[in-house]
Parts: sequence; structure tokens; C-alpha cells
Amino acid sequence: MPSACTGSWWEPEVRRRTFLEAGASVAVAGSLAGCAARGAAGQWRFFTASEARAVDAVCENLIPADRDPGAKSAGVVQYIDIQLAKAFRKHRQAYRLGIAHIDSMSRERFGAGFADLAAAQQTDILRTLEQNSRPFFQLILSHTWQGFYGDPRHGGNRNRASWKMVGLDYPPLRGRQHYEGA
Amino acid sequence: MPKHVNAVIVGAGAGGGVVAKELATAGLSVVLLERGKWYTAADCRKDDLCNQRTSVLGAKFGPDDERNPRVFVDEHGRESIVKPSDGAYSNNAACVGGGTFSYGAQAWRYMEKDFRMRSTYGAVAGSTLEDWPVSYDDMEPFYEKAEWELGVSGDDSGNIFKAPRRKPLPMPPLPPGKEHAILEPAAHRLGLHPFHIPMLRNSVPYNGRRSCMRCRWCVGFACELSARNGTHNTVIPTALATSNCELRTECMTREILLDNSGKATGVAYYDGDNRLQIQTADIVVVSGGAVESARLLLNTKHRLFPSGLGNRSDWVGRNLQGHSYTGAAGIFEFDTFDDIGPGASIAICDYNHGNAGLAGGGMLANEFIRLPIHYVTSLPPWVPRWGIEQKEFVRRNYKRTVVVFGPVQEIPIFDARVQADPKVKDAWGIPVARLSGGRHPHTLEIARFLGGKAEAWLKEAGAARTWLRLPGPGLSGGQHQAGTCRMGNDPKTSVVNRDCRIHDVENVYVIDASVHVTNGGFNPVLTILANAYRASSNLLRGWKGSKVPA
Repeated sequence: MPSACTGSWWEPEVRRRTFLEAGASVAVAGSLAGCAARGAAGQWRFFTASEARAVDAVCENLIPADRDPGAKSAGVVQYIDIQLAKAFRKHRQAYRLGIAHIDSMSRERFGAGFADLAAAQQTDILRTLEQNSRPFFQLILSHTWQGFYGDPRHGGNRNRASWKMVGLDYPPLRGRQHYEGA
Repeated sequence: MPKHVNAVIVGAGAGGGVVAKELATAGLSVVLLERGKWYTAADCRKDDLCNQRTSVLGAKFGPDDERNPRVFVDEHGRESIVKPSDGAYSNNAACVGGGTFSYGAQAWRYMEKDFRMRSTYGAVAGSTLEDWPVSYDDMEPFYEKAEWELGVSGDDSGNIFKAPRRKPLPMPPLPPGKEHAILEPAAHRLGLHPFHIPMLRNSVPYNGRRSCMRCRWCVGFACELSARNGTHNTVIPTALATSNCELRTECMTREILLDNSGKATGVAYYDGDNRLQIQTADIVVVSGGAVESARLLLNTKHRLFPSGLGNRSDWVGRNLQGHSYTGAAGIFEFDTFDDIGPGASIAICDYNHGNAGLAGGGMLANEFIRLPIHYVTSLPPWVPRWGIEQKEFVRRNYKRTVVVFGPVQEIPIFDARVQADPKVKDAWGIPVARLSGGRHPHTLEIARFLGGKAEAWLKEAGAARTWLRLPGPGLSGGQHQAGTCRMGNDPKTSVVNRDCRIHDVENVYVIDASVHVTNGGFNPVLTILANAYRASSNLLRGWKGSKVPA
């Protein structure tokens, strides 16, 4: 794979091309015909209520709550859903197939959908996904990082949870003071 | 049809901006074509996910994903169509100011040996390593001009390796931050020679603009105060103020127009409404960056130049290079993060040259300030990629990590190249750039050496644990893209002469990093600016035509 050729440590090699292939790599046959029904409350732009529940559970495993909020309370699934209607349109198929794959694997192995599994069972499923469906796993992991650590304006990082966690002030007072005083 | 002018310049980035200003202030009429838009400080959204460097929700300052594909061929020969927000695209930017609008703004002069790599190190097998046809002494007055006209802060008096300069930098360095204070004594203990990085950034009010407010959103973002100096807020406004220069944005150049004798008559471009326009001019200056400049020449076909303008010897698009960044990060047992931008502050040039058995090296510096989204994507290899342990690592170490990083001067190879793709076209129907090739193994060898030195510096500074990041063998390019229209005295092994004029044609110039023979162990922008001043000066000295009023 090529490097991103950036001159910054903070923008590491990103294998975005793999993401484009993510949908095709999930070994699941499924019909994509028609738009999935929206959740009962109509709050989801792309996900069905059940898909949203599954993604929420996946993301919470990737960044769990402890003494600081995790992906669930930071609204990571909202971030992903909003972006699937905008910047992530190209990833719609990957999500639809990927979630179906996770749920069917969960049912096969443990007899219930992913969101309803015990913690250890969810970890087990995700370890398998990481091994066998790496492109989709990497996709949802990157989106989870973005939704948790990125700018709250895009629907995630609710209440600036991750910024508070690492101890970043907002707004950055030093700059503002300088700006206003200049 | 637009009025005939003396010069049409394709691309309003580092090179094109300077040329526009130099020609316009000398009284020549100039049209400056830019495919992107003109953004301002007000376009600073401080958006962590949508900026020029973290483009997961879009590359903020162009080009747009929808209309501007490229073809990328990996080291196994597999082709794919890539978009500007894809890593393999080698994007820089498409806007007025080009990369200088959203860059980090390190303002390095190359060293004397950087212009004489072949003479210094001899031939390297499998490489097109060569000397520049100009020396540091030829460049020195123009480095100075770039430093003073655009504005550079810093203090390189501690850099015993630097080439001689006549004048000091016009602005003092920004006060050092915490990382600087940690790294400086460690460098001295190791016998190294640290100093303040020169930056195209106002440390004090300069040229009517304010000084840096030291915020957290720097590289990749528009500067909210316009305190960072690019061509968009310096030379281009100066050019426009003469009334001799017209800037046309959102204009995509299709080809250079040539008459029967092979002399250029102007360019054909699509304007903002996608209408095909012809701009005639006495001279054409190509300043689109190393990928797009090569693409434009290759897409300019003529009876006399069937494989592209300037490409008689098959050198257009060859030797694509950038920088092989290498370095290390260290975790400390105390807070090292002070939340004061731009972060990058201290550098050493002890390892640019004189490394036993190696043909060159590179500068090392501490890295720019980070946001949490940057940090989580750059964790050490021993940290799990997900779960509670990863979260705990981020919480504990976000403020306790220091990175030392640097650009290895690459050993150029002929097969790292830009071509015009035979099949894929952009939204205007123009064949797109096709990128292929890799890096020379010796570049990677130098990177391993330099990465080890970064690690040693961090350890001396007290890092409890360190990890390396080394470049891979894939194609280079990216923001520091260079080399594709080599400057040289021999038309058989170069594209332009020492004045940056295409060997084959009397009135077409390439003035950007495409002409760099080698790319220094430094961020290249000050060299692009200085060479543009130098080439403009020579162009004007030889100007025999009338000066057509704008």
C-alpha cells in the first residue's frame, strides 16, 4: 500500500482504498434492494433501529465507558449515521452488509443478535471480525475514533467528552485572550 | 476571447504567486489562473475532521473529490482510481496560495550540498541522483528576498551547519514552548546543535498583519489571524494591487496552445461555468505543482511534441519525489504538552549530511501540535487497537508524548512517475494523472538511520518508552511533491534549463517544485519561493517583448 505521503506524524498512513473495498469483502450474501425502514422514532437517517442498536454496541466495545464516557454516551452511532447520509455515502453498503454479517455470526454462535450478547460474547465476535473481515472492522473502528475524538459539530463527541477526558480546554483560552487583546 | 497578455500563469500556489508578483510589478500584464477558490482567514472552521490534512469528511481546500480523480498504480501493478481525500492521491491543495494556504510553514533554506548531491556522494545505483544546475550561492539572494517579502520568524544562529546568509531573519522566533525546553538541553548533552525553526509565521506584527495567537488548529487549517504567511496573503495581493495582474479562480487549464512552429500562444482552460476559454499570451508559466504541471505538459500534444510538451527525452513526469518522513515518539512520565501552537519549534541539522555510508540525511524537529483525533490514529504498536486499554493509554499519555520527526532527502528514481492516464478522464474530459513507482531502497536506509537518531534524542530527554515510525517502499510525493520536470543543462536528461524554461520551446516555463533536481532534507517551500524569484529575475532580465498593458 502507498503511504499518504504526509509530512506529519499525526497523519499516519491511511489505507483508505481498502475502505472502498470494505463492502465487497464482507462474506455475506444479502439483498440491498430498497431502503431499510427507519427506526420507530424516525431518528435515524440511514440505519434501521436494529442496525443502530448493533452499531452502538460495536462502538461501545471499541471505546467502552469507564470513569469517562464511552462511545455510546458520546453519540458515536449518531455521528456515523449522520455521515452515512453525507460524506460516507460510499460506505452504506459496507455498513448494511457488515452489520448483517455481525448479527448473523452472533446468532450462529450465541443464538442472539450482537446487541443482546453478553460482554465476553461481543468481544469474541469482534475478535473474529477483526481477523476475518478486516476492511469493515477497520472502517468502523476509524469512524468510531472520529465520532469519539473528533469535533462535536459532526454529531459525535457529545459534550466534548473525549476532550475533557484528555484535559483539553475549550475554547482554548490562551489563543482567545491573545486574539481579543491583539 | 480574453485580451492578449504578456504572461499567463497556471497555478496560484507558491511558485505561481511569486512569478505573478514579480512580472506584474515589472509592468508585464499577467493572467493568473487557479483551478481552486480563494479562501480567507474567515474560512478557518477549526474542523478536526474536515481540513486539508485530516480529510475524512472532505479535503477543505481542494481539489474536490467529485471532479478530480487520479489513477494510482501500486508496487504490484494494481491500478485503482483515487480521490483527493484518499491517501494514495498525493494531494497538496487546489486554492489560491496552494499548499501555502494551510501548511505548517517551515521555511528552510537548503544547504550547499543539497544542490550538489551527485558531486558530494557520487552515483547511486538505480538512481537519477544529480546536481542542480544552480548553486546555493545563486539562490542565496532569492532566499533572502523570500524571507523578507513573505516574512519568516526564527533564529538559526545556533545552526553551525547552515549555509552562509547575508541577512538575519526578519522576525525573532516565537517564545519556546515546553517541548522545546525539554529537547534543547538533551540535544546539547548529545553534542548536537539545536536552534529555532525558521517559519513563514509572524512572531510579531509584520506586513500589516498580526502575530500568531498560538492556537491548537494549525497545519491543515486556514490561519484565523492570517498570521501564517503564504502567497495568498503576501505576493498575490501585491500583484493584484499593481492592476497588471488578473486572478481568475475556478479555472481548469486543459492544455498549452502551440502554433505550427511549436511556439506557445497561450492556454485553453475551462472557466467556473465550465466554458472553454482561450487566453493568449507571450509566455506561459506552468506552476501547478509536480503532479499537475507534469500532467499539463503531457496533455499538451503537438506534431512536434507527440508525447507531450518538453518530453522529447521522456523526462517529463519522471523522478517524482517528496520526503520520506521518519522519526520517533516518546512517552514521558510528566506532562510535556502545553497546548501552545504551532508546537514545532526546535530542530537540528546535525544529520543532514556527513553520515557515514549514507548519501545525505535530513533535518529533525519536534512535531506540530496535535488534536485528539490525530493522537488516537498514531498510537504505539504495543497498544491494543481498541478497547479499554487503548482508551486508558490515550487518557494517560495525550499530554505526555513528544514526537521528533524529519524529512529524509530522497534518492530520486526514474520510474517514480506521473503519466497522463490513457483511459481515465476528469470531469472536464482531461486525461488524469497516473502515478506509479516506488522509493529507492537507500532512501529507506537513510530513514532508518535518522529515525534512530530521533529516538536517541527523545531518550536523552527522558522518554520512558519510545517507538519508531519509518517510511514504506511505496511511491512518495504528497504535499512536498517535486522533481517531475527536472532542471538541468543537458536536454537529454532534463526538462527545463537553469532559467526554468523548457528546453524545446522558447516561451514556456515551469516554475514550481517540479524543477527540483533533488528536494533537500527540509520542507521545500522556501526553495520553491526563492527559485521562483530567481527564475522571474532571469526572465525579466531577458525580456525583449513589449509590455502589453493589462
